This record gives sequence, C-alpha cells and structure tokens, in this order.
Amino acid sequence: MMNIPCPFCGSRNEAEFAFGGPVKPDRPDPNTVSEGEWVAYLTQVPNPLGPVQERWWHVKGCGMWLTIWRDTRTHDIVEGPADAE
Amino acid sequence: MPSNRMDTGGRIDRDRPLNFTFNGRRLQGFAGDTLASALLANRVRLTARSFKYHRPRGIIGAGVEEPSTLVELLGDDASGNRPATTVPLRDGLIAKSVNCWPSPGFDLGAINQLIGRFIPAGFYYKTFKWPGWHLYEPTIRKAAGLAAAPAAPPEQGHFENRFAHCDLLIAGAGPAGLMAASTAGRAGLRVMIADEATEAGGSLLNRRLTIGGTPALGWVKAVVDELATLPNVTHLQNATVWAYREHNYLMVNERAPDNPSLLERNWRVRAGQVICATGAIERMLVFGNNDRPGVMLASAAQTYVNRYGVRPGQRAVVFTNNNSAYAVAADLTAAGITVAAIIDSRTDVPEEARTLVEDVDVLAGHVVTGARGARQVRGVTIAPVDGGASRQITCDLLAHSGGWNPAVHLWSQSRGNLRYDDTLTSFLPDQAAQDATSVGATNGQMTLADALGSGARAGADAAGITMPDIPTSADLIYAVTPLWRVEQGRDKAFLDIQNDVTVDDVHLALREGYDNVEHVKRYTTGGMGIDQGKTGNINIIGTVAMQQGAPLEELGTTTFRSPYTPVSFGAIGGLREDSVVLPYRHTPLTAWNIKNGAFMYESGARWRRPGYFPQPGESFQETVNRECRIVRNGVGVYDGSPLGTFEFKGRDVGRFLDHIYTNIMSTLKPGHGRYGLMLSDDGLIIDDGVALRLSEHRWIVSTSTGHADAMNSHFEELLQTQFPDWNVFVTTVTSQWNNATICGPLARDVMQALGTDIDISPAALPFMGFADGHVAGIPARLVRVSFTGELSFEVNVAPRHLPALWDKIMTAGAPFGIAPIGSEANHVLRVEKGFLSLGHEVDGTVDPYDLGLGWAMSKKKTDYLGKHAVAIRRSGTTNRRELVGILPEPDQMIPEGAPLTPGGERKPTEGLVTACVYSTVHDRWVGLALLENGHSRHGETVRARLKDKVIAARVTPPIHYDAAGERLRS
Amino acid sequence: MLDLSLLIIKYMPMMQKYSAAALLRHGLNRHTTWPRAWRCPPLKDAYDVIIIGAGGHGLATAYHLAKDHGITNVAILERGWLGGGNIARNTVTIRSNYMRDASIPFYVKSVALYEGLTKALNFNMMHSKRTMVDVVQTYPKMRELRRRQLTMDIYGSTYEQISVDALRRRIPALTGGGLDARLPIIGGMVHTDAGVNRHDAVAWGYARAIDAMGVEIHQQTAVENLLRGADGRINGVQTNRGLVRAPKVVVAVSGHTTTLTETAGLKLPLRTMNLTAFVSEPVKPLVDVIVNCPDAGFYFSQSDKGEMVIGGAPDMGQSFRRDIKQHVFEDTVTAMLSLFPSFKKLKLLRQWGGHLDIAHDASPIMDQTDVPGLFITAGWWGGYKAIPAGGLTLAHLVATGRPHDLMSKFTLKRFRHLDYVMESGTTTAR
Repeated sequence: MMNIPCPFCGSRNEAEFAFGGPVKPDRPDPNTVSEGEWVAYLTQVPNPLGPVQERWWHVKGCGMWLTIWRDTRTHDIVEGPADAE
Repeated sequence: MPSNRMDTGGRIDRDRPLNFTFNGRRLQGFAGDTLASALLANRVRLTARSFKYHRPRGIIGAGVEEPSTLVELLGDDASGNRPATTVPLRDGLIAKSVNCWPSPGFDLGAINQLIGRFIPAGFYYKTFKWPGWHLYEPTIRKAAGLAAAPAAPPEQGHFENRFAHCDLLIAGAGPAGLMAASTAGRAGLRVMIADEATEAGGSLLNRRLTIGGTPALGWVKAVVDELATLPNVTHLQNATVWAYREHNYLMVNERAPDNPSLLERNWRVRAGQVICATGAIERMLVFGNNDRPGVMLASAAQTYVNRYGVRPGQRAVVFTNNNSAYAVAADLTAAGITVAAIIDSRTDVPEEARTLVEDVDVLAGHVVTGARGARQVRGVTIAPVDGGASRQITCDLLAHSGGWNPAVHLWSQSRGNLRYDDTLTSFLPDQAAQDATSVGATNGQMTLADALGSGARAGADAAGITMPDIPTSADLIYAVTPLWRVEQGRDKAFLDIQNDVTVDDVHLALREGYDNVEHVKRYTTGGMGIDQGKTGNINIIGTVAMQQGAPLEELGTTTFRSPYTPVSFGAIGGLREDSVVLPYRHTPLTAWNIKNGAFMYESGARWRRPGYFPQPGESFQETVNRECRIVRNGVGVYDGSPLGTFEFKGRDVGRFLDHIYTNIMSTLKPGHGRYGLMLSDDGLIIDDGVALRLSEHRWIVSTSTGHADAMNSHFEELLQTQFPDWNVFVTTVTSQWNNATICGPLARDVMQALGTDIDISPAALPFMGFADGHVAGIPARLVRVSFTGELSFEVNVAPRHLPALWDKIMTAGAPFGIAPIGSEANHVLRVEKGFLSLGHEVDGTVDPYDLGLGWAMSKKKTDYLGKHAVAIRRSGTTNRRELVGILPEPDQMIPEGAPLTPGGERKPTEGLVTACVYSTVHDRWVGLALLENGHSRHGETVRARLKDKVIAARVTPPIHYDAAGERLRS
Repeated sequence: MLDLSLLIIKYMPMMQKYSAAALLRHGLNRHTTWPRAWRCPPLKDAYDVIIIGAGGHGLATAYHLAKDHGITNVAILERGWLGGGNIARNTVTIRSNYMRDASIPFYVKSVALYEGLTKALNFNMMHSKRTMVDVVQTYPKMRELRRRQLTMDIYGSTYEQISVDALRRRIPALTGGGLDARLPIIGGMVHTDAGVNRHDAVAWGYARAIDAMGVEIHQQTAVENLLRGADGRINGVQTNRGLVRAPKVVVAVSGHTTTLTETAGLKLPLRTMNLTAFVSEPVKPLVDVIVNCPDAGFYFSQSDKGEMVIGGAPDMGQSFRRDIKQHVFEDTVTAMLSLFPSFKKLKLLRQWGGHLDIAHDASPIMDQTDVPGLFITAGWWGGYKAIPAGGLTLAHLVATGRPHDLMSKFTLKRFRHLDYVMESGTTTAR
C-alpha cells in the first residue's frame, strides 16, 4: 500500500484513494481530428515501463483529484502533486 | 524416566513444571521450554516422519528454521503445521506429529522408503497418466497435506489489526537490533523494534558470550529495561516482521499480545526507515542420511544446552566447514557432553578456533560421508575430504554446521539487491531499494563486536547523531570454506529436509534440462515447503553451481516471498468482518419495512431494500401481482430514497450538463425537469435520470441507485481535471433528500388527503414539474416523475421526517387502499412500460438508438461525451441488437437472459430476453428483449432456446402499456 | 570440458517416452540415464518464425505451428527462464463459463484441449476435472450467471443452479454466509467442466514436445527491439545475444506487450496491471471443488499438495512490480473469512504477484498488427485457461494469415470501430 501525497491532507494511505487512470493527452476537438486519431485518443493510454503520470481521487478524504508521476517498476512516486508538501 | 535435562543452567524455570502430551504420551517440561526442548529433555528423538519417503526424523533446529518436526496442536491451541521449535510449552498442551499414521514410531507410510528408488523428483510428471490422473489423485491428495484442516474458527478470543507509524522500524532484537534501538531511542526517534522470539537477545540467548566483561544477557536486560522507560520506543517480542511492502510499509504479526481476549495482532507499520537486524540462519551440511534423528544443526545443539539446559545427546560428533561449530563444541563439552571429534572439511583450522577445544580431537580435511543408525543416529562414517580410507565413530548426536546464511528475506522482499560474497559464501544485502539498511549478521557482520558496531552505526545514522561508544566484547572470528555437498555413496543426502529433496534429485533435474535454479526448485520442490528452505536453499544453489561449473552469483537465488514465516489468516483479517467491510446502506424506513413483513435484500450499491411485502398465505407471485394491481388500479407508495441525488451549483452547470448528457439541458426552464442519458466518451451508456433546474444556477441531478458512486467520480473527475475553471460545484445529497413516491391513479387523492400547500393540479404541477412547499405539514419538494408509468408524486423530505411522512401517507391513504410496494413490483411495472434498467437492457453492447432513444442524441450540439464514439461504432457495425417487446406464445414465462437463436436451434444467438414478467394489466407474461435488427422485426416470431425446450415469442414494440403516456401525465 | 555425447544430448532433438515402465527401467540405473527434456541449441541468424516469450501462449503457439502446420523452423526467445512468467504464477483454473457467443466456444475448445494434453504431450498434466462451484450472494449476480448458463448450454458447456443446502453439502467448510450474514448466500452454480492442473507441467510438457519436433527454445535471450525493414514489414529482432531475422514475429509476453511493440512504433489499447495470488499451509483434503465467490471477490481450490490456492481482484493502477498491495490482499482475506470462518486458523504460506495486460474492453486481442508480419496475443487477464486454444488459433493465424473462427471477434481491428467485446466472464473473482 502506497503513501500518496495529497496537497490538501498530506500523505495518506493508498486505501483512501480511488485510482483515476493514467493521464491521457488533452481531449482533442473531435470535430477537427480524424476518426483514427479520435479512436486512438479513446482507447490508448500511456503504459510505460517507468514513470507514468496518473490521477488518484482522494475519495475517502478531501475529494481531490490529484496527479502524480509514479514509476511502474518500483511504485516510487517520483513527482508529487505540484502543491503537495 | 531418564532425562536429558541438566541440573542447572538455561533460561527455564525448574520450579514451574508443565505437563503436556505428545503423540499420546504424557510428558513434563518447564516454563521457558519450547515443545522441542521439552521433547529432547524427555529423550523423545523420533518426532516426525518425512513428507515423501516417510523416513524417521527428529528435531534439527531450534527456531523458525526447523524443517523437520512439524506438529499439530489440539485442544484450545488448535493449529497445524507448527515447528515444534517455535511452540512455547504451556501446561496442558496437546501436540501430535503431522504426516504419519498411526505414529512416527510405527508409520504405515514408511512403505514409500522401499519404492523410493522409483519415485525420484518429478516422477509424477512421467507416470500416473493411464488411464487418467483421476484414478490416482484421491490417494495422492490424502497422502499430502500434512496437518488436518482447521474445523472451526477459534472459540474464544479474536484477532485485530493496528496501524503504527514510526521513524525507525527495527526487525530483530539481537545484539545489532538492540544496539540500534538503544542508540536511536536515546536520540528521541520514534522507534519500533519487533522480534520473533519470546524474549529479546537473539543469538545471545543461545551462546555464552560477554559484553563489557559480564554475561551478555545482563547487557540485554539492561537495554530492554532502558527501552521500556523510553516513551518513544515500542518494543514487541513474539512479533514477527513478516512482510516488507512498497513505501516502507511492513507487517508485524504479534502473537499472544498482552490482552487475554486477543489471540494475535497484526501491526501495519509505516516506517520512515527500516533496519533489518534479522540475524543469520545456519545451513545444513549435505551427506548420506543427514536426516537421521540425532543429526542436528550445531547452533541448535548449542541452543538446547545453553538456553534450555537440555543435552540433546551424550556423545557428540561435530561436523563443520567453519569456525562457529568450535564454540558449539566448547559449549557442549562444558555441558557435560562428550565431543568425540570435530570433523572439519577444511585442511587448515584457524588457531583461534582450535584453541577453544584443546581437549577435543579435530580431524581437519575430513568429512562425514554418512550417518549410521536407522531410527536414530548411532555413529558416523568419516573419510578424508580428498578420498582415502573411511572409518567410523560412535555417537548419538551429530551437530553439523555448513556455515551461515544471513536472513536476507525481509531485505529481499523490500526489493533490495543481493550480492554473493565469496568470503562468507552466502548472499548478502547490496543496494537498498527503499529507505532501509541491514546490520549485524544480516549484513555479514558475524562477530558480536561487529554486530554491536553496525547496529550502533545504523541507529546513529537514522537519528543523525554521532556514533556512540560500543561496549567491549569478545567473539570468535568467523571463517568458512564452502562445502555444498559431500561426495558419497548411495544413501540419500538431503538438500531440503521438509520436502525430501536429495542431491540425486537435483542432479536428475539438471540432467533433464531443468537447469535454471527456479526450474530446479519447481521440478524437485526444493525450498517450497513451509520453511521455504531456510536451511537448505543455498545448498541447492551450491549443488547446481558445482554440477554446472558456474559461479553462485550467476545463478542467483530464487525469490524470497512474504510471509517470512506463516501467518494466520485471522490475524490478517483482524476485526474487519462482514458488515464492517461491506457496510449496509439503510433508509430511515428499514425498521418499518422489517416490521411490516418486507422481504429485504441488497439491490445494488449496498442498499438494503424491500423486495416485496408478502401477506400471510401469499406466494411470491401473488404478492407481486397484488402490489402491481394496487399501483395500476389504486395507489401504492414506495421508498425511493436510494436513488442517487446530486445538487449542482454554479454559473456553468448548464454548459457542464450539456457536455455529460446526450440531450440539451441548458435550455430547461427553472421549475422543470428533463429525462436524459449519459454516455462515456467511448459511447457506452453509463446512466440515465432526471435533471431538475431549481433556479438559474441550481440543479438537482438524479442517477440510478447502483451507479451513483461511479457518477460522483465521473462528475468530479471531469470538473477537477478537464474543466477546473468552470464554475460548477457538485454535492452528493442522496442522504439529505429521502422520498416517498406515491403512485397510481388515486395518487392525487392521497396527496389531497395528506394536505399540501402546493397546487397539485395537472396544469400547475405537470409531469416533470416540481415545487417546494409542505406536505402533511412537513417541508417537502414535490416532483412529478414516474418510474411506474402511473401518476406519481415523489415527496422529497429530510431523512428525519421520512418516517413521520410515511406514517401520515399510510393513514391518509388507508381509505384509498394504499399499500407499500417493493422492488419486484417496481420491476414489473417498468417492464410493462418499456422503461430501461441498467444491468438488464443496458449491458454495454447497446447504444441509445438501439434502445429507441435516438431522440435523446442531440443533433444540435457539436460535441458531448460519447457523441462521436456512437457515430463511429454505428458506422462500423451492422445487425445491431435493438430493444423490442416480446409476448411469449403460448403464454408462459421465459427465464431472464434466455438466448434467442435462429429457429430456436443451438446456434449463435441473435439476441436475448432481458426481462419477462407477469403483467396484471394484460393478464399474461410480457417481456423485453434485445434482438438483432429488432426495430424492423415487430410482428415476427422469435424463439428462445432453453436447455430442454424452445419457447416462441411474438416481437412487439417495447412498450406494453399506455404507449401514449397519458397515465403518467394525468 | 564437455564430451561429444553430452553435446549430442544437448543439441539433438530426441524424446524419451514417459511411462511407469520407463521410470522402473531408469530407476534401476539410479535415474542417471534420463535424457534432457529439451535441448539448448545454438542461436541461429534466422528463422521462419520468432516467438517472443516462452510462456504458455508462446509454447502452445509453437506446438500448433509445428504440429498442425508443419512449421518447425521456429525459435522461442525467452528473456528469463522457460515457463517463468504468468504460467508460473497463476491459480490454474480452467473453465468455460463465459457470457458471450464470441467467448464460449473458444473456451470450450480450450478446456477440451487441456483434457487431452497429458496424452498429446506424454507428460502428466495432473488434470483434475474437479468442477467449479460459484457461491452466489446477490440477485443481480445470480441473474447474470443464469444468463450465462443458458448461452453456455448452446455450446455444450455445463452450468447448473443448485440450492443453498446443496451448496453447503458440496462444500462443508462453507459455514459463513448464513441468513444473518451481511450477504446471505442465495444459491450456487455448478460448472462441471472446470478443472485444475499443474502449471509447470504445461510449460514443460509443451517445451519437451516442441523441442522434439525441432522448435528451438532459447532462454536468457532478451528481445530488446523489434526490427522493421524499409518496406515497414517486421524482419527480425535485436536481442542481448545479437540480431535474429524472421519474416514473422509473434509477441506473446503478457504484461510487456506494449513495451515491445512500442519499439516498432506501434501503440496498442493495452495497460499492464498486477494480479496476486496466495497459498495457505498444506492441510489434509478439505475442499474438492474450485470455489468461486464472485460477490465476495475471491476464489480458491485446494492443490494436491494440500495448499489452498487463493486469488482475488487485481490491484488498481498500472504496475510491473509483481507486488502485493496489502489492503487489496486484506480485502480478499476478509472476504474469504466471511464465508469460511474456520480459515482464521489456517496460515498464509506464500504470496506473489504477476503482471498481465488488459485491453481497453477487457477482452483478449489476437491479431496481426499494422506492422506486417508482427503478431500479438495479449489482453488475456489470467490467460492460463486459454493457453491450448490460444496456441491453436494463433498458430492458424500466423500460418494462414487468417483469423481462426474461434478468435474472429478478438481482432485488433475491432477497436477501429469501437466494436468492443463486453465479456463479464473474464475474471473469476468478479
């Protein structure tokens, strides 16, 4: 169980959070991108062997959605939310 | 009765005798004994039978490394597969050996010894194939398994979990761990130190050493006493650090905590830093019949004489490849045991070792090639290590030492690297993966002075202080020369005692190509026992290395897995049982529902709801029919509180709702509501419900009960990650607004009887309208929505008012024949109306067009969640499954989920029945189905394929009742 | 130094028939005469087909390429040791109780192939057709399982509903879930086709069989990059032992699929997750079926060694760490204790994790990719039960260029039209 830094509450056990998935690129304007690009946006997520940017929802805490960089090989949080302590 | 107990010495209390029973024999030991030491004191040497060959076995170790004597405790202590060396003796203890019948002395399974030659490693892969494994499996299963399975949970006492946070967790309270704890504790760090043994001291308990010129155990006592005075230090004994997880999160299993009702406590510790002071485990030497009772680890023999005052034999031979056994020989001699000889595989014995035992014969450059004796050791055969004539020595105890393995289990679990050390001939901690260090024997510091020094250094570093003074101590220098196995004759030489894995087995595995150490482990099962190969794994790796001519560091180790030693599931679960794990969600009417005979069950999202309200003598179907008729012909009421309810506030709510709903919400006028569909961005229906606009910037959004939590996450994610600058605030108000929904043609009459200051005329409060006011004197919001297809008033009130409101509805409604209705009737009523149910008609494959809800897909909006995905999907797929109604012909029930197949044959399906209910308005069964191209097949006959029959059904539009919707708008 | 006879044993394909008689015969020689189960041949420059990953799917694919299509100039390249991936760390549950037309016949075939595998490979898989029993605690789950039952029946897969009483007779240790429990048991489903076998035997049996047909297995051979020619086609792989060419390359490396395909510039709708399992101490026979508790979220069976082999839900988040999430583990244990309270006194012996890839729609992907000549088999969650049919169908695809009928819905192309396969039967526990 990881210790996740919440900008509002401080470090909290992972069990207080819901996983929000890896951060995808910004949602493109579906009216300007091709169908293929839109499908890729919908179905593909970053899956790196190494640091991944991802979101967690502090659902059993303050309710904040926060973003961290976590190494998928070690689970080390290599970069916390910008405004975390 | 003859006894091996010494008159003096040891950490036992001779004034407190304890009676116990082993394999039916009544025996006596003392307080401070383990079951193993008490058995040895009573000269019980044959204590076990081996797993595969059922060979006679005795006690080999003195702690968690014990591979041989596993016992099953009966009575109050009932538990299985416990190493006898870790069972503290208590009065009335009843124990028996596992895996032998009827007893270890006369074990019928011993027949396996006779055929042992034909059942080498992996033999079962090559045979038992004809005519089928099922013929052999029951016998094999019965033979395996060791102890009996527990029959019931503990009758008394409970388990618990506890969280702890500390700056420094120290695993192990031996000299290094205690030194670290004392150093860091004095410096003010929040320290937790946990040790698996019943008392602190580690190896010092088993040896005769001095610290600061006095017996080492005096130093241990002083440190333990001081730790007890430090409020920042938590010191646990009988507590094993069994798992090292990510982010310095460790598990400590504390047995018999100081609380009479508590069986075990599992600590979940988040540590700033961790010091692994877990000591080292002695490894066996590998020679013929190295498993005979009386063949024992040297350190264990030392422990029995020093700690328990027990002589494990009268005449000993010590066999070693390292210095540590010389101290053992000295201690055995001091305890009155004759040490007939020390057999040392090294040609050069260091002088400092030799001087410890000047009166004992030392045969350098010799090895024990085999132990003699059938049921216990009666002597050994020895020979020069480089060949030559063998000879025999009589003995009843063979104490052997193959060197020491640092207990790197926790370190390895933390993902720290290991390196092979040629000097110590073992794997040592290398690079740390987390904030952890290792000290003492765990780190290869094999002498007491080095252990104390490394502990003090680690404690000082953790606290950021300078190194304290180290008390003086004297210890034998450790030196070892590897001896992975002794070349010998035909007797079995065991690498893994518990799983009966021999040198021949490993050679066979290699010969057959199973040459990775993981293959060797799996093919031979070496290291896969309960002890996880604590004494033997390195010998297996060494044997592989010898055979392949490869260095050990290239082979590496197999993976060290948690737990370090077995942990009961009860301790892992703690007090988290049943409704603690899965709390109920109740509405304020649960008590009323139960009192009024409701059949309650969970119907999604953990809500416990009334399914139906049976009256005496009524069958399930009769109850549901009655409740349906009441709603269709009179008036019923149900508790709609669990429906997900969210309040949205802010300037951008309209814009946000336009993004998440398929239809346009922003044009809704205050005071009105609108039904809408929500899709995920890849076009799957995720929810449906009604949005009410309370005022320009305030809205109420309702979601289905089961999806409320997911929708909450959905809203928050979008608002916080995609639209952080939009002015929208969402508050879950499901439990702030409860409701009673009055439905049926007489609903308005009941409302009038209740009394309300809201104008409830159809013109003033039309369908999808709502108004705030009072109902029966209670502040309420009245909403005209309908899930039944009838005139409905959803009376929303604060939860504290719901029971009062409910009572008033029952009283006011009595003249109109009002009755409560449950979820089952609701289901029937919605099927008659063709209303959707997520989980029935919406199963991830259909889109709004398939469901006849294409009107809800806004054409005006250029973008909303799911719009483009639905278009892409529809452009690429044909023969979509579309929602239809069905009328079974002849009239009968079709089970929900029944597949529709072409002609009713066993062929790929063309659809399925999503619901089929008995309609009281039509007095027949009606249903809904998803059917390929169903919208264009109204009037056709389709066939549901059941296991033993086919049922035909006529395809109809999906609305079986009041297609024009006049009743719900009335 | 090795003598010539050892070299021959090491490099020449040969197969010793396994039988009780052979055991007796070799036993008289103290088992010093058994040949290698597979060779350790030198790595060539080029093959007709390279399969990356000596796990279940890779080995089975090679088997069917050789046996069904006569393609034997095949190399399996394995980064670690043969059979060391998810086939070494799964819970050996074999079953066909799926929901959709697209899935059921595939798994029916896989179960049938598994049942014949001991004979086909002359290697005892210890296949034990011991039935899976679902313990159902909610009505929505019961409704879903009944729906599966009716569709499964079309394809000859068995699923029968039983009463609570019958359930408790079948599993006497199931003493929780009574009427006053948080989630009372409401019934059960019995899937008699389900079974367990020995996972190592599957890996070794296939390895031995394909070796005898001439396929080469190269362990400790890590593929670092997929190589494409100027025409965009795949034409080989870069390994830690050098460059190896082949016009067809199969990626069968659960978990690391995207790691590899991204070296060829190919993105896939897959993410990698961790799934864990654990075993209890070995005890005498207590439970003789596979017990699946979908509402509680765990399942287990008792191995022939006597250990309870227990699995639960996957961890959240992408992971290659093969680790245990304590809170997820505790949830699984707690769920188990709620239905099997006597297990409080049973002890945890060993636990482990494995990473697997999950597709965007949670159904498997077996297809030739947009890189011509590059094939993938991925997204199986726990793909153990799919190994034999997965090998059969992938070999068909690689050899003929056309998807096998049993896998025709599971192409990569389905994502182009977002035509997902929404299968609820994928995981055992949920």
